[in-house]
Amino acid sequence: MKPKTPLNVDLLRADFPILTREIGSANKKLIYLDSTATAQKPTDVIDAMNDFYRLNNANIHRGVHTLAEESTAMYESGREQVAALINASPREVIFTRNTTESINLVAYSWARTNLQAGDLIILTEMEHHSNLVPWQMLEAERGVRLEFVPITNDYLFDMDAYRELLKQEPKLVSFTQMSNVLGTITPAKEIIRLAHEVGAITLVDAAQSVPHLPVDVRDLDADFMAFSAHKMVGPSGIGALYGKLDLLNAMPPFMGGGDMIKTVHLRSFATNEVPYKFEAGTPAIAEAIGFGAAAAYLQNIGMDAIAAHEQEMSEYVLEHLEEIPGITVIGPSAAHKGAVASFVMDGVHPHDVAQILDADGIAVRAGHHCAQPLHEKCGIQSTTRASFYLYNTKEEVDALVEGIYKVKKIFG
Amino acid sequence: MDDLYREVIIERYKTPHYRGHLDPHDIFFEDDNPVCGDHIEITVQTDETDVVKAAAFDGHGCSISQASADLLIESIHGKTLDEVKSLTKDDVIELLGIDLGPVRLKCALLSLKVLKAGAYGLGTEEVSDALVE
Ligand SMILES: Cc1ncc(COP(=O)(O)O)c(C=O)c1O
Repeated sequence: MKPKTPLNVDLLRADFPILTREIGSANKKLIYLDSTATAQKPTDVIDAMNDFYRLNNANIHRGVHTLAEESTAMYESGREQVAALINASPREVIFTRNTTESINLVAYSWARTNLQAGDLIILTEMEHHSNLVPWQMLEAERGVRLEFVPITNDYLFDMDAYRELLKQEPKLVSFTQMSNVLGTITPAKEIIRLAHEVGAITLVDAAQSVPHLPVDVRDLDADFMAFSAHKMVGPSGIGALYGKLDLLNAMPPFMGGGDMIKTVHLRSFATNEVPYKFEAGTPAIAEAIGFGAAAAYLQNIGMDAIAAHEQEMSEYVLEHLEEIPGITVIGPSAAHKGAVASFVMDGVHPHDVAQILDADGIAVRAGHHCAQPLHEKCGIQSTTRASFYLYNTKEEVDALVEGIYKVKKIFG
Repeated sequence: MDDLYREVIIERYKTPHYRGHLDPHDIFFEDDNPVCGDHIEITVQTDETDVVKAAAFDGHGCSISQASADLLIESIHGKTLDEVKSLTKDDVIELLGIDLGPVRLKCALLSLKVLKAGAYGLGTEEVSDALVE
């Protein structure tokens, strides 16, 4: 996967104003290794939202005045830019608050219409809480059954176990395309193909894949896909649900209110067409515009180039972390993962690791990263996670390694 | 940062003086910090005048949570249950001798929360951060 133009990281770092920030009284240069939680934002995104508020702000749809028309056009062009990034048609892209809301939309609208007691939903052991709890709630309410594809000893999606589970004819297969803890990339296309063979609908949790990999919903043949703007250099407060048009058309609305209706009478209403049917109330307009700018920014740089840079980072990080005595990285080999390194350190709690690194301006995350069952499976309480994105450099990895040696010294 | 990792904290984390589980005991309580999964349980033995004769803690978590538990348990030996009930967040901060941000303060206060819930004889559902504010 050699991209046409490799990333010029030094150059693109200048697009991210926050990267010049200094941390603490010692004025340490920020080393941001927490993009899996949320990514930093380029000037393009910040300016798009700022300019909108300075120049165009109005509520969208139905307005006749100039600002309302401009705002509506900008909101819809945000949708087009997001759709273009994943090769969807704009009508198939519903704006939500985030990945979590996108998954809940499917759980409330599609699943509660189509699933009955006893119906099977297949998930995996490495799901984020957001692709777990909505289905546990449905299990409690409807009596659907949940089964989990295990991870193999080398932290990969267990294809053999999945094939076995498919014999029970699930109605839905909902899985992550990239684990936010292990970094494991799952074979989404094959998972979806096999699910379709037994007539199941598929939902891809793409919160970590769309920001970091080229993702093409047509090529994958995904039925639903959920992702968040804030993890892909866009603003917080907005995400997307992709759905195949025929599925979306057949689904009842999720929330009721303005915008999602065509007509309303005292005792009845008719729903608007897709995607508006699922966008009740005034949406996050500036955020949609920022989301569009983020998608365009990534597409302009090239997802191939971003993925190739991260692959290189991933190899470099693993090589250097695994050299440190007492450090164990939890996850597959670099060939099968995104640039995420979750690790445990003998005798030192992740909170302490993160705190000591912070004193050197290094931002990492400590905890179970909203994937508690996965940590239980791996027999650990929590991990320290360093994650990397297009703006990270090998020098920053070197600083991380140096910081870890400092932790070892303090805890001697 | 160097202040945060004072020698006493690292020392108590690595070799706590009061780690264990007392049986029999007059008070037992346990709780988790949902943010990071830290866990603390405490057991206390009291005499007929409600004075703490012996106490111990067990659990897992970061250096701040474990060291503060150890120091807190040490400090309550010889105290009456009423005195234990009136302990506050400032007492723990004083024991640790460091300034903590809001996240790490939660780590530091987990043992106090567990101890006071036990002293008051609360049920699992009744524990709240109000105990340590
Ligand atoms: C794999 C995965 N799924 C879902 C989510 C939830 O995303 P959000 O909090 O934006 O809804 C995350 C975020 O951490 C994630 O990493």
